[in-house]
Amino acid sequence: MSLLIDGLSAIFLLAGGFLCITGGVGLLRMPDFFSRVHAAGVTETLAAPLLLFGLLLQMEWSLDMLKVLMILIFVLATNPTATHAMAKATLTGGQKPLVADDAETRGEDASNS
Amino acid sequence: MLIAIVAIRMRDLFGVVILFGVYSLLTAVLFMDLDAVDVAFTEAAVGAGVTTVLLLSSLRLTRRWEAPPKHNPLLSLLVVGVTGAALVYATLDAPLLGDPNAPVHKHVTPHYIQRAAEEIGMPNMVTAVLASYRGYDTFGETLVVFTAGLAVLLLLGIPELPKSRPHSSAIDDQVVLKVVVKLLIPLILLYALYVQFHGDFGAGGGFQAGVIFATGFILYEMVFGANNAHAVMPPAWLPRLAALGVLIYGGVGLVSMMAGKPFLDYSALSGDPVHGQHLGVLLVELGVGITVFSIVLLIFYALSGRKRQP
Amino acid sequence: MNQIPGLFNYWIVVFLMMAGFYVVISQGNLVKKLVGLGLFQASVFILFITMGNLSGGRAPIVTEGVFVYSSPLPHVLILTAIVVGVATTAVGLALVVRIQEAYGSVEEDEIHARDLADEEELLEQNTAGTEDDGR
Repeated sequence: MSLLIDGLSAIFLLAGGFLCITGGVGLLRMPDFFSRVHAAGVTETLAAPLLLFGLLLQMEWSLDMLKVLMILIFVLATNPTATHAMAKATLTGGQKPLVADDAETRGEDASNS
Repeated sequence: MLIAIVAIRMRDLFGVVILFGVYSLLTAVLFMDLDAVDVAFTEAAVGAGVTTVLLLSSLRLTRRWEAPPKHNPLLSLLVVGVTGAALVYATLDAPLLGDPNAPVHKHVTPHYIQRAAEEIGMPNMVTAVLASYRGYDTFGETLVVFTAGLAVLLLLGIPELPKSRPHSSAIDDQVVLKVVVKLLIPLILLYALYVQFHGDFGAGGGFQAGVIFATGFILYEMVFGANNAHAVMPPAWLPRLAALGVLIYGGVGLVSMMAGKPFLDYSALSGDPVHGQHLGVLLVELGVGITVFSIVLLIFYALSGRKRQP
Repeated sequence: MNQIPGLFNYWIVVFLMMAGFYVVISQGNLVKKLVGLGLFQASVFILFITMGNLSGGRAPIVTEGVFVYSSPLPHVLILTAIVVGVATTAVGLALVVRIQEAYGSVEEDEIHARDLADEEELLEQNTAGTEDDGR
């Protein structure tokens, strides 16, 4: 049983770590603001809770476990809000997301944002 | 370290400020690794939180981009190199990391570690040393924070806000943000109170609590606008609250003196000396928390209310 | 030389301190100088906290079954230092904002140039005044 929990926690931690790395790569390489914000959002909202959940499985039932659970809930509540706020503010500011047919014409014009 | 180098080279000050926030957070993580939980807490709240907000508020009032460098950096690099070499030479005699024979572990520290639980009666040794054994220094620190708030008030002042029309701010259509922030602010304030009063047992204390409490109000002003924030916490109250915090601290010391003991000797506050220490530390941390909260909020009001001059 | 692994924390501190020092003396923008000062302060904090660390020790909160604690004394000093640091940074920022309003810029070179121009103007006015008075 504890082997199962250890294995599950290992899977969660590795998945969270992998998603953090891909989120970082996406932040640097994505062509448009909205796709970058999505990459950052994935790191915040999926990778961080996965890491926290993996850590949670390693702990015994105690007050610390309750605190980590509360941190998990707060992270799940605040990070998508921040991502949404950034994206909405940009949209209100006038920047439009890069769509596939725009990308082709932009690629032909050899311009970059 | 790399963050420090990049922060030097960047000319976009917005990026530099955010990198400084990341640097503070990494320092806080380093402190956690070095067993300094209270310090990590304070560094994360103050360095990564409040300092970033204050720097960004002042960037709004000055320019975001830095002018291109005009001087040859060679002389500066030479000075820095010579100083660095001298310092490295000086560290060759320093005690090694984690050495139990280092002087810091020999003189007063074993006394504090052994006696804190019996004499003060609280598990958190850092709070015991901060508020009781070294209470005088903490009083001075509270006064420094108060003076800094006074200086900012003298330099900038908090202007009267013009009545703004409702639904005129740019952040108005952010419904999701507003709802989530409305749900979160009570929890933030509750957490600040928990940190304040739990500082005897775990990491925490007056400084961290004051900063977190102020952060709740800063969040409110950022999302709902300065008019609403000034209605909730009028800026005229803040200097008075700060003075109240300092008065509480000094008052505890004076009460001890009136009972015949030295200034800030808490055992004079109650019949049982350990109970007196508890009471003294509680009151003193409360004073510190109130002062830090009102000064941080005062500085934020002053910086964010300043009109941008063209 | 087998002391090197134990001394590397001081070298990191010295590197960060010098980075902050370089920013303060060579960069022209006042806000960036304040950030450099913050870098310097954080390196000093790291110095004290690493000096207080005890290998095999735990955080200085009395817990059951733990007998070796890291020293709480540097922690107290640095707690004070962090809060004082943010207070002085805030005063520095207020000064920078007033400088911006008075001089129109926060670049050190432009401020010095403005000051020199003002002094020369004042000097010309004084000499012109004495000529008129015939003293």
